Amino acid sequence: MTEKLLISLTVNGRTHDDLVIESRHTLVDVLRHQIGLTGTHVGCEHGVCGACTVLLDGAPVRACLVFAAQAEGRDVRTVESLASDGEMNDLQRAFSAHHGLQCGFCTPGFLMLAEGFLAERPDATREEIREVVSSNLCRCTGYQTIVDAIEDCARAREESR
Amino acid sequence: MTERRGTWVGSSVGRREDPRLLTGQGRFVDDIHLPQMLHAQFVRSTIAAGTVVSIDLSATLAVPGVVAAYTAADLDMGDITAILDRPASEFVQTDMPVLARDRVRYVGEPLAIVLAEDPYAVEDGLEAARVTYDADAPVVSDEVAMAPGAPLVHEAATGNVLVDVSMFATEGIDRIIDEAPCVVRVRAKTGRQNALPLETRGVVASWDARDEQLLVQTCTQVPHQVRTVMAGCLGLAERSVRVLVPDMGGGFGLKCVVGREEIAVGAACLKAGRPVKWIEDRRDALTASFLAREQRYDVRAAFDGDGRLLALDADIVCDMGAYSCYPFTAGIEPLMASAELPGVYKVPAYRVRGRAVTTNKAPTAPYRGVSRPQIVMVMERLFERAARELDMDPVEIRRRNLITEFPYTGINDVTYDPGSYLESLDLCERVLKDEGWYERRGAARSSGRFIGIGYSCFSERTGYGSAAFAKRKMAVVPGFDMAEIRMDLSGGVTVTTGTMSHGQSHETTLAQIVADRLGLDIAEVKIHQGDTDRITYGFGTFASRSATIGGSAVARAATALGERLLALGAHLLETTYDNVELDARRVRRRDDGRALSFEELADVAYLKAHLLPKDAEPGLTASATFDVHGDGTFSNAAHGAVVELHPGTGQIEILRYVCVEDCGVAINPQVVEGQARGGIAQGIAGALFEEITYDEQGEPSCASFIDYKVPTAGEIPDISVHHLETPCAFTESGAKGAGEGGTIGAPAAVLNAVNDALRPTGVELDDTPIRPETVQRALATIGVFA
Repeated sequence: MTEKLLISLTVNGRTHDDLVIESRHTLVDVLRHQIGLTGTHVGCEHGVCGACTVLLDGAPVRACLVFAAQAEGRDVRTVESLASDGEMNDLQRAFSAHHGLQCGFCTPGFLMLAEGFLAERPDATREEIREVVSSNLCRCTGYQTIVDAIEDCARAREESR
Repeated sequence: MTERRGTWVGSSVGRREDPRLLTGQGRFVDDIHLPQMLHAQFVRSTIAAGTVVSIDLSATLAVPGVVAAYTAADLDMGDITAILDRPASEFVQTDMPVLARDRVRYVGEPLAIVLAEDPYAVEDGLEAARVTYDADAPVVSDEVAMAPGAPLVHEAATGNVLVDVSMFATEGIDRIIDEAPCVVRVRAKTGRQNALPLETRGVVASWDARDEQLLVQTCTQVPHQVRTVMAGCLGLAERSVRVLVPDMGGGFGLKCVVGREEIAVGAACLKAGRPVKWIEDRRDALTASFLAREQRYDVRAAFDGDGRLLALDADIVCDMGAYSCYPFTAGIEPLMASAELPGVYKVPAYRVRGRAVTTNKAPTAPYRGVSRPQIVMVMERLFERAARELDMDPVEIRRRNLITEFPYTGINDVTYDPGSYLESLDLCERVLKDEGWYERRGAARSSGRFIGIGYSCFSERTGYGSAAFAKRKMAVVPGFDMAEIRMDLSGGVTVTTGTMSHGQSHETTLAQIVADRLGLDIAEVKIHQGDTDRITYGFGTFASRSATIGGSAVARAATALGERLLALGAHLLETTYDNVELDARRVRRRDDGRALSFEELADVAYLKAHLLPKDAEPGLTASATFDVHGDGTFSNAAHGAVVELHPGTGQIEILRYVCVEDCGVAINPQVVEGQARGGIAQGIAGALFEEITYDEQGEPSCASFIDYKVPTAGEIPDISVHHLETPCAFTESGAKGAGEGGTIGAPAAVLNAVNDALRPTGVELDDTPIRPETVQRALATIGVFA
């Protein structure tokens, strides 16, 4: 009954050109269940909690509010892209150092939100970081250590420039 | 008692859990995919009360991709039954069917399970289901429930009361209250909340023909209890069910009870002969899972002229929703509230009646704090009100009533172990004074702004052992926990625990305890949890029991293994047991320093057993249990909040939040601070933002995060956490529980601060959540508008 589409998605630099999907399939479901990148999580499916945040052409989006077909021809980045050669990147290390995660379910969304934001606003103030952090929900930390981690990472990146 | 703080305990070491969770390599339930797996969702009741006339699933079964759909009649399942061993006058049993049979008792109650080839098709299938009902008038509040002639949610529960206990009626209490110079009263209502783990509930069930087992991968805080209910409901032996818990995205109590959907997925898997996955969607999680917190208090407190408490008289009603939860029952909230209301204060006379009422709303489960956010809020309001009546300083009146000598046995027949009740309050007040908040409040008042300062002071019973839960007369008595440890040929250890971390960092903190006992690096300690095949038994994680009880069990197991290593080492080093010691992964002779490494000892224990002493068993394993035989151990804290009320919007802005906490020895101070801050955020959520309301038809108002307002980083302030340390005398690490205190103390501190800010209006607020419009109305009484 539901028409199938054949699409190609470029995720973390790798092209998947044989994805058979339905037009109603969301980007997060295709990432998780067809491509097998389960690091991106689903928390609400209505665009509020931000657990599914990924980067689309460098900008944070809710992957539950984007149809997979809409992401064709664009650059998708997920949490799995951050570490390289088995080493966590500076943002991931900052989250660990500041105890910016407890259960870890919301964490990939916050990481991608912060990556996208800091790429655009490397000199963001703590207040600006806090405002961006308010885009997503975390039930464990109370947010303070997430803000600490992102701020620490931003300052370290500024110093190393 | 052994050493408290070693190389690892007391140190904020980085978490073992972090790398996988930060790189997207965690494994949560929805990350599990099995061959041939079907996807399940539930047809749920759209009415709050009534009789099901028909469930027509023919159109559902015709939907492409739908494979099967089962009602209660199709699956042979026993009910979920939770029991208190109390007389019928005190407790009424209400069995919860896995799928509703004829009666429905809340909107969202599961009626049928639909299985499809993919998660989109199963939603199509739900839309095609047709259910007809014979609707009854629903019981949508505790007041309606207890009104004369109210419809009955359960026929057995007269007056819709499931639990009714009267306790501690001190002789002459009425006279004491009548003759007291100052009597204050607080009537307070707290809103219905959702504990809201960001990961909703979920299960993957599969039949393993090789192991002849139903494998249930589920996100639960209580794996063995899920096994017991699954086995019982499906008529299987316990050994034929294996519950395996992957990474968990929070729980906060919502996942420490057994859900009917978990059982239905297991039954559907057996019936369909294929693996079945169910991932709860957010709407179901908000409206139809387990809710919490809705309670009503009417409490009077009598004081003498110097502000000393003379008597406390309380009536507590908890709206538990449609069913008792397993294993705690509907008694969990009223029994907790009734026993613990006196809290950190010396109460000479006490009387309480606690009731659990059933209504046509989704059932409730324990939620972080369990009644204590409410009882602390009520007690702290009583002191604030008495301070106003007696024209006393609100901190000073608390000081006069705090328990300061320990151990202290209260009027509630609870013995409190040593804590720092007075010290924490003093320090909390000093921090706010030193930072100049009192001056800023004064300046704000004279310039027409509304800044208020509020405190809460409380203790939290943690480490509930068998004795404490037996006192509640639960048929299932949680309490002890078990640990098993084995050393491998590499000289490292694998340790099992019956506790179940879901964000609390047990893979790190329990490893810290073990590492110190054996002189290992924490990287050499692997903690295993959440597997009923690998772990003999456990009660999981709730009630801040893991560091205290689970931590003590792993400590004892590690100590026992250390004793085996010493005995083996002494034999191989040809000396006596008294002449050897553990030192840097070795057993060393005290006299000449000759030593054998753990690897060398393990080599003998496993590969050269002929070298063992004649009476020694091969292998290097040990096990231990731990239970608390008294009343548990009490963590304590004082919270201080400063708020500003914004006329016009009615917004309550938290300007400053200070927490002074004492959980004994902090195994990992950074983790303790994380628990405190996260707990406070949840307490603020309850005080100011979150509530699930129902209309008169019993329809829940909050089906999404648009309606259920979870606070973000925009609402939760930075929180400073200060530590005091009164070690627990009977836990192995000296730790007390740290999981719930933040949530317990925050509503009272925030509410008191709001009331302090409202002081010029004379309005006092006692209900939560405090809504902006309530603040606007209060300010309007003195002509302050936008």
